[in-house]
Amino acid sequence: MSRRLFLERRTYRRNRLQDGARLAPVLGALLVFGPVFILTSDTGVGGATGRWLVYFLLVWLGLVVLSAGLSYALGRAFHGDESGPGVDGETG
Amino acid sequence: MLSLDGLVAVCLVYVVGLFAIAFLAEKKAADGKARWLNSPFVYTLSLSIYTTAWTFYGAVGSAARSGLEFMTIYLGPTLVFIGWFWLLRKLVRIGRAQRITSIADMISSRYGKSGTLAALVTVLAVVGTTPYLALQLQSVTLSFSVFADPGEFAALGTDMTALWVAGGLALFTIIFGTRSLDVNERHPGLVSAIALEAIVKLAAVLAVGVFVVWGVAEGPTDILARIEASPISEWRSNGARWVGLTMLSAAAILCLPRMFQVLVVENANERHLATAAWAFPLYLLLMSLFVVPIAVVGLQVMPAGANPDLYVLTLPLAFDREALALLVFLGGFSSATSMVIIAALALSTMLSNHIIVPIWLRVTQGEDPMSGDMRRVALMARRLSIIGVLMLGLMYYRLSGGGEALASIGLIAFLGVSQVLPALLGGIFWRGATRAGAVVGIASGFAIWAWVLLLPNTAGAGLLAGVLESGPFGIGWLRPATPLGLVGADPLLTAMVLSLGVNCFLFVLVSLVSFPSPLERLQAAQFVNVYDHSAPTLGWHGGAAAADDLLTMAQRILGTARAGQLFQQAAAAQGRGGGLPDPNPDFLKMLERELAGSVGAATAHAMVYQITGGATVSVHDLLAVADETAQIMEYSSQLERQSSELTRTAARLREANAKLTELAEQKDTFLSQISHELRTPMTSIRAFSELLMHDEGLDSATRDRFSGIIHAESLRLTRLLDDLLDLSVLEHGRVTLTESEAWLEDVLDQAEAACGVMESGGRIRIIRDRAAEKIPLLTDPDRLAQVFINLISNAQKYCDAPDPELTIRVIRTSGRVDVEVIDNGSGIPDRQQRLIFEKFTRLETTRDARGAGLGLAISREVMQRLGGKLSYLPGHSGAAFRVRLPERSLRAA
Repeated sequence: MSRRLFLERRTYRRNRLQDGARLAPVLGALLVFGPVFILTSDTGVGGATGRWLVYFLLVWLGLVVLSAGLSYALGRAFHGDESGPGVDGETG
Repeated sequence: MLSLDGLVAVCLVYVVGLFAIAFLAEKKAADGKARWLNSPFVYTLSLSIYTTAWTFYGAVGSAARSGLEFMTIYLGPTLVFIGWFWLLRKLVRIGRAQRITSIADMISSRYGKSGTLAALVTVLAVVGTTPYLALQLQSVTLSFSVFADPGEFAALGTDMTALWVAGGLALFTIIFGTRSLDVNERHPGLVSAIALEAIVKLAAVLAVGVFVVWGVAEGPTDILARIEASPISEWRSNGARWVGLTMLSAAAILCLPRMFQVLVVENANERHLATAAWAFPLYLLLMSLFVVPIAVVGLQVMPAGANPDLYVLTLPLAFDREALALLVFLGGFSSATSMVIIAALALSTMLSNHIIVPIWLRVTQGEDPMSGDMRRVALMARRLSIIGVLMLGLMYYRLSGGGEALASIGLIAFLGVSQVLPALLGGIFWRGATRAGAVVGIASGFAIWAWVLLLPNTAGAGLLAGVLESGPFGIGWLRPATPLGLVGADPLLTAMVLSLGVNCFLFVLVSLVSFPSPLERLQAAQFVNVYDHSAPTLGWHGGAAAADDLLTMAQRILGTARAGQLFQQAAAAQGRGGGLPDPNPDFLKMLERELAGSVGAATAHAMVYQITGGATVSVHDLLAVADETAQIMEYSSQLERQSSELTRTAARLREANAKLTELAEQKDTFLSQISHELRTPMTSIRAFSELLMHDEGLDSATRDRFSGIIHAESLRLTRLLDDLLDLSVLEHGRVTLTESEAWLEDVLDQAEAACGVMESGGRIRIIRDRAAEKIPLLTDPDRLAQVFINLISNAQKYCDAPDPELTIRVIRTSGRVDVEVIDNGSGIPDRQQRLIFEKFTRLETTRDARGAGLGLAISREVMQRLGGKLSYLPGHSGAAFRVRLPERSLRAA
């Protein structure tokens, strides 16, 4: 009983990980596209290029770290599973 | 300053180094030892061909002109890679499962292996890439010109530089890109050289960046301050352009033929994607990290007229850092060459597979496409395509004169190849997407893009100056520069919205209303549900593992001994004494051929590549296998039919043989009987005639008696011989019938009388119905009487009842008369009923067998001659015969 519970929990975690991996680009798009609307608004002023540069570079680095974390976690979740990520009936 | 000769020498050394690396990698890969090639980082580095010379030099220029906008070109791919799990993984899986060789192949495979679609995508790719190639050549030439003394450079000529570069690249691509028609189109040599170039690029940019930030400026804080002070700080984002360019570059990284080549085709292991998912965005981040600082410092330090596109190169030179400048030069050179090499490779694969080879096949008509000759044609087509593609690039460069027009071409090319995107994404996520939709969508998007964006920006547009000025036929709203009368709009964004919008709309609309072919629908299911149909690639097989699996499979099909022998031979041929052979293409081809002998070519192909390629069996393969199976089944059912026919024939032969054996036995019995029959009268005739000759003292009464006996016996002999003769005549159809009118009653009377006369006493009682016998006949009455005589005398001879009776019944039905002759004896045993009409047959248990056994045979022949039939009537207690008189023998009453 406890073993089955464990497995189900693992499968559940794995599925949520996949959800996270699919949603990551949405987060990325929000962070990348969001500021430009602020920058182009009527109240947006020039002269802040340096700070925006830092912002984008940090977002970029954050996305790289996030992606690396997800990849690592997905790799672990499927470790030893020859069929690799994404075999449990999902159709993409 | 570095001399031009020195520069050329450095370039040559660098190129030789690349050749060496590529050769080494090919050799190691062939030996199965190149473990480092299997590293996800090599894969990631090979992806870096995304950053071409255009971005290597141009990013800084772009930053100097329009602030942070250059980032969009890198942010788009970053988003795509962060979403690898959702999209790229599926692309790569499909690519491996379907053995995809290019983006045109991908699209065409998805839409039912459509040749039209493949050719369309190929043309699109060539048109979109050619200016891009020209751009790379321009970059290299430009960077040469920065280094060399103006006079010296002019002597060499820019065109010559471009020519030399193009020629060298063509050679390199041909050598490492077309060594063989590899099953999965991977090129380890090329990929390793590209990976090395990627490192050089990155190192160059980082080195300049570090030099600028810590060498020229005083650290990051100072740089930030300088940014605030520079014109760049006035930058305000254009939101639409920011979003549009990001999405455009995201689309391009999926659709650019060269990106598809490294991303999908050269992918050795699906898991490499997981690493590339963060490593490639990191690479892009590092590439763009110092772009703004370099631009800012360049703007401050360099003279006003300097080309910001070349700041990366000119800044180190301005500070006399020649080594650094050389590194940058090599970085730019690497960016250009790696892009050109892979683009030429990808385009040549598409051109050869989807345009040249189909045309060749159509022209040569009916030559076996699987023959080795065809492989040579394909390789040659590929080599020529590489040269052709580079020539196109070179021509475009020369026509455009290397002017400013080229600079804008990068994004224009992006949009061009992105026309494939709706069909690509629709194809892998939507089963309802159809070939017609894809063709219409791509073609319309392509046309709009070419008209609105490509035409006004390309070399040779001068020929169409009138059209460009006032639109075709003076139709203003079709004027390329202001489509739909949109004056003052951003041309790139306008073209993007128009072309991709119409493309998507028509793709979906036509898909919704059209109906796909069965093959297309199967492929759609294979693509959309690829995870249900395929296992992930297991990476580069250790040679031994694949060979092991192959051996197991071969054993199952060929048998242990034959398979073992085959593998040993192959191992020996490869120079491996013991152990298993390396599963190289030659060995696989041989094995496939061997297996094909047992299971058919298509099945063998599918089995071998299931193990070695990690690819699933495609619908095409399945159809071929089904075809083959149908042929085998057809053949086996033919065999089955033949064998059952043989069985039936054998049964008939056995039956006939049994009958013959029985007849032969009967004949033997008869022969002994007939010789006895013949000898009995002969013996008495001889004995009595000898008595008459030698015994003089016989009285006349005895003499008369003796001569009477001799006479009677000779009569019996005569009768016997008459019977035999009669039968012989009847059987050979030489009998002559004398037809006349007669009454059936008279015929029966005649027969009865004959029997009464012949057999003394009339032992049997004959029951007749004379009223029914009043039937007039037109027949041979004597012959008919003979039949009845035979039947009556048989009854007399064989009826074993104590009070024998013979019933003669006449049954008249419409058009014919049956006369049944039935006695009240014990009848004829079942076993003998079949034989009684045969010649020389006599019943075994007769009391008094005096006949020759020819009576019934003769009677049957007679009835046949008369057009009637004599048959035995089973089911009566006694012997019963039916004489059927034919219709024509009935005289009209």
